[in-house]
Amino acid sequence: MIRATLKSLLARKLRLVLSGLAVILGVMFVSGALVLTDTLNRTFDSIFADAYASTDVSVAAKPKVEISEMDGEEVAATLPASVVRTVQTQPGVRSATGRVDADGARVIGADGKVLTSFGPPRMGSNWTGTDEIMQMRSGRGPETPGEIAMNAATAELAGYRVGDQVPVLTQQPKRVFTLVGIWGYTGGRDSVSGVQEVAFTTPVAQELMLGAKDVFTSVTVQTADGVSPEEVRDRLAPLLGDGYQVRTGEQLAADSAAGLKEGISFFNQILLGFAGVALFVGIFLILNTFSIVVAQRTRELALLRAMGASRGQVINSVLVEAVIVGLLAAVLGLAAGIGAGAGLGALFSSMGGGMDLAPIGVPLSAVISAFTVGVLVTVVAAVLPALRASRISPIAAMQDVATPDRPLTGITVVGSLVTAAGAAALGAGLFVASGDSVLWLILGGVLVTFIGVALLTPLISRPVVSLLGRLFAWSVPGRLGRLNSGRNPRRTAITAAALMVGIALVTGVTVVMDSAKASLKSEVASVLKAQILINGDQDTAQAPTFDPAILTRTEAIPGVRAAAGMHTDMAKVGADVSYVVATPDLSRLAEAYGTTAATLTPGQLAVSDTEATERGWQTGARVPVQTSRGEPRTYTVAAIYPENSLPGRIILPAAAIPGFGATGPVMGFVRLDDGVAVSAVLPQIKTLLADSPEFSAIDQQTFVDEQAAQFDQIIMMIQILLGLAILIAVLGVVNTLALSVLERTRELGLLRAIGLGRAQTMRMITVEAVVIAVFGALLGVVVGAGMGSAVTRALENDGITQLVLPWTRMATYLALAALVGIFAAVLPAIRAARLNILNAIAHD
Amino acid sequence: MAVTKAGEPVAARAEEIWKVYGSGEARVVALRGVSAEFGRGRFTAIMGPSGSGKSTLMHCLAGLDTIDKGTVHVGGTEVSRLGDKALTRLRRDRIGFIFQQFNLLPTLSAAENIRLPLDIAGRKANPQWWDTVIATVGLADRLGHRPSQLSGGQQQRVACARALMGRPDVIFADEPTGNLDSRSGAEVLSFLRSSVREHGQTIVMVTHDPVAASYADRVVFLADGSIVDELADPTADTVLDTMKRLDTPDVPAAPVML
Repeated sequence: MIRATLKSLLARKLRLVLSGLAVILGVMFVSGALVLTDTLNRTFDSIFADAYASTDVSVAAKPKVEISEMDGEEVAATLPASVVRTVQTQPGVRSATGRVDADGARVIGADGKVLTSFGPPRMGSNWTGTDEIMQMRSGRGPETPGEIAMNAATAELAGYRVGDQVPVLTQQPKRVFTLVGIWGYTGGRDSVSGVQEVAFTTPVAQELMLGAKDVFTSVTVQTADGVSPEEVRDRLAPLLGDGYQVRTGEQLAADSAAGLKEGISFFNQILLGFAGVALFVGIFLILNTFSIVVAQRTRELALLRAMGASRGQVINSVLVEAVIVGLLAAVLGLAAGIGAGAGLGALFSSMGGGMDLAPIGVPLSAVISAFTVGVLVTVVAAVLPALRASRISPIAAMQDVATPDRPLTGITVVGSLVTAAGAAALGAGLFVASGDSVLWLILGGVLVTFIGVALLTPLISRPVVSLLGRLFAWSVPGRLGRLNSGRNPRRTAITAAALMVGIALVTGVTVVMDSAKASLKSEVASVLKAQILINGDQDTAQAPTFDPAILTRTEAIPGVRAAAGMHTDMAKVGADVSYVVATPDLSRLAEAYGTTAATLTPGQLAVSDTEATERGWQTGARVPVQTSRGEPRTYTVAAIYPENSLPGRIILPAAAIPGFGATGPVMGFVRLDDGVAVSAVLPQIKTLLADSPEFSAIDQQTFVDEQAAQFDQIIMMIQILLGLAILIAVLGVVNTLALSVLERTRELGLLRAIGLGRAQTMRMITVEAVVIAVFGALLGVVVGAGMGSAVTRALENDGITQLVLPWTRMATYLALAALVGIFAAVLPAIRAARLNILNAIAHD
Repeated sequence: MAVTKAGEPVAARAEEIWKVYGSGEARVVALRGVSAEFGRGRFTAIMGPSGSGKSTLMHCLAGLDTIDKGTVHVGGTEVSRLGDKALTRLRRDRIGFIFQQFNLLPTLSAAENIRLPLDIAGRKANPQWWDTVIATVGLADRLGHRPSQLSGGQQQRVACARALMGRPDVIFADEPTGNLDSRSGAEVLSFLRSSVREHGQTIVMVTHDPVAASYADRVVFLADGSIVDELADPTADTVLDTMKRLDTPDVPAAPVML
């Protein structure tokens, strides 16, 4: 029996390769994600081990607000200079150095542009001399307040040499320094994994980076000879108390790496999510292939049954085939995944400004999951065809192979029930449930709905396909193609359903994003009265700030009614970490924004009505708030304003700003007097911003467009990632067509014999492909629009008030599907056109 | 218009055609210098034992297979010189086919199958001729049926009607009764004969059945890639006698390896 299986497998290599491709792509995603994670994790470990190699023990103040990697950058708390002195005097300590290290020192390059960074921080620090891994390349360390040094990577990016005048942006407005030294690192490196670093004298670093005098971010301790770091750590920890973290260099490296690893694991989950979609679509493709294979082998299997093979043996023969395909796909997918992981790793490293990537390794988890996923998915998909194969009666061996048109009643009933169950789960997840179950209900609902709709597809396919086909009925090949696509509703349905999944997800996301975009636009148009906005670059982790004096000068421009800045921080409000806003005078901000509000006194805060409802706050409620750097403080809710009528949901008074992580404004609103043209004021504000190259003054329309563009970026990303699922579905169309051509060899021979030309034959196959593809896309667009609308309705309270169906995009998806159909038809059509007529007619 | 030696107009003609398959050890000469003429309005049967080259001869005449030497004419056209496009057009417009089995497209109704070559060519059926053909094959009440709803004999009659509908120069029939029981076979053969007698259709039929051959006006006997005999106005008995005579040991029945 096994031998018979293997022989028949070999005879149909090409066909199984096509369906195997779907598994290969899915496995590639899974193992690629695991390989990438593993490599990056080891990379981070080695980077930090290297960076803290010369640190025996490190002392830092505990951060006041602990923020997870996903919510943004944690702001390091500061420790007073007295701590450095205390540590210095402890036994076993050879030296204790107060360090200032903070992200946010932005060097303006020789070309006048601010150096950007995607990932690695732009550190501003105090010069404490070179350590074990640093090497002076030229010049010396800064000695006077007007001097700085920088690492070679920064100097090269910015185009500076020792002696140049270098403008630097920090928490303070732009300042110009003389570059007196450039350093590198051991091994000829210009930076430690792409970090840009500028070193000031200690008082300047404290003022510019931390906004305070005589404070540090950490104390670096080197132990005396013969004293272990652990010993010193254990001595310092009780001495300094709970407010401080005392860690050995090794611990510090591990903790620092762990933060980044958390970010990577999120990325990993996204990759695995898309792998799931790809595999889900792949199941359709494999199911289809095995069904066709079983149909084609009907006579052979019946013969085996007639010769005494049991049902179980027939089932096994199909499943063994599935296991072999799964294993081969797993091996190839794993290889491809290792390649993809390596490629993505290299991409990460180059985007990270030259991170030194650890050698690519293949973790055991990648191997295990590749084989589990590959074999499991293939076998699951082959179960139904295997059962069907076992029901073939031995009599079929003696009869002409006929594919009876089985009734669709059963599948339709099941499909309706499954669809209803899926829709119910989705509805419950969106509108009823709360907490953790929401996500699972939604995901499960979407998945079950897809399966339900796929089951209903054969029934839908008859009328829809015949309707779609009428578009092509003007030519004989078109009509024949249309008839062929309606010939096997189940096969057409599964092929189309595979395409549906990808298109539906893309359409769904597009509906939500476009609705959000439209809601934002109408919200801004109805609320925001500021005609000009001062907005910073959004492409770095830490939002830049600008000089608040610019706003004062802006208000002095004739025709400006009000100009106000917005300061932001991640603060602990009650028990949660929240995004908070503050402004020097709320009444000015309200005026500039387009509403009215009273100035907040130092103990008051304002909150939006939505936030107040969610938190159960009323006017007069007492709310404890801990900002990134300030002291904890309890505020009284003084005002509740309509959501979106002011920026942010929680507004703190001016007194809170010095305790923020970044004390400058991140955004400014400028409202003009009635009748004053934007063009009359805008150039003057631009002039004021000359020293803040990260900021631009833009009119309201431009601002709205820029914000809306972010939604388009999300749509674009989803389209690219789900493109893989769509690609697999296209393979399904190719597969189905190739098999159809094979099955209808004699028919094609006959058609060619009675005068169908080669071009006409190709057109016939193409029409069949286009009809299937457009049918799948149509299903996807309809299902996706439905799901997207449901999600949009559910998000009404979160500010998505408009429901927009993206007709243009949906039409584009349909047109693309037609193109995809033409593309998928190319090879099968060529094959059909090249058939030798005589052989084809004699084909069995 | 070309004429036969006897002065009749010719529908198809083969002159000194050779067909060789394979090379070296596996070289098989299927046709060795065959010359034959098929008169217009005549029903000719090609007979011969398996491997005699009778099907090859028909395929070469019909432009389905290429020849290695010699010329083939259908009507006034030299088939052996045409490219794929011209061949396709020739088959579509001037040749009709009836195969042993699998003659119809399962997705199309009987009427659509009959009309298919005309549709492909973008031509309309002459309504009078349509009615005549449909009446002759006796399918008037079956036109809307799919092939799967028709018996084997009915299917083959649909195929005959399809071949006739375009009024081709020649209809080539390859064992048209091979898959039918004797009664259905007789129906199809009488129908073919009457289309020749009453409508002047030219038919060339390959068969190995003496009874089927007896419906023809003339029988050409092939053995070992050559025409070895010919019989006019055959009966089943004369055909059988001729075949027995050809089957004697001095005439090798199997193709010779060269």
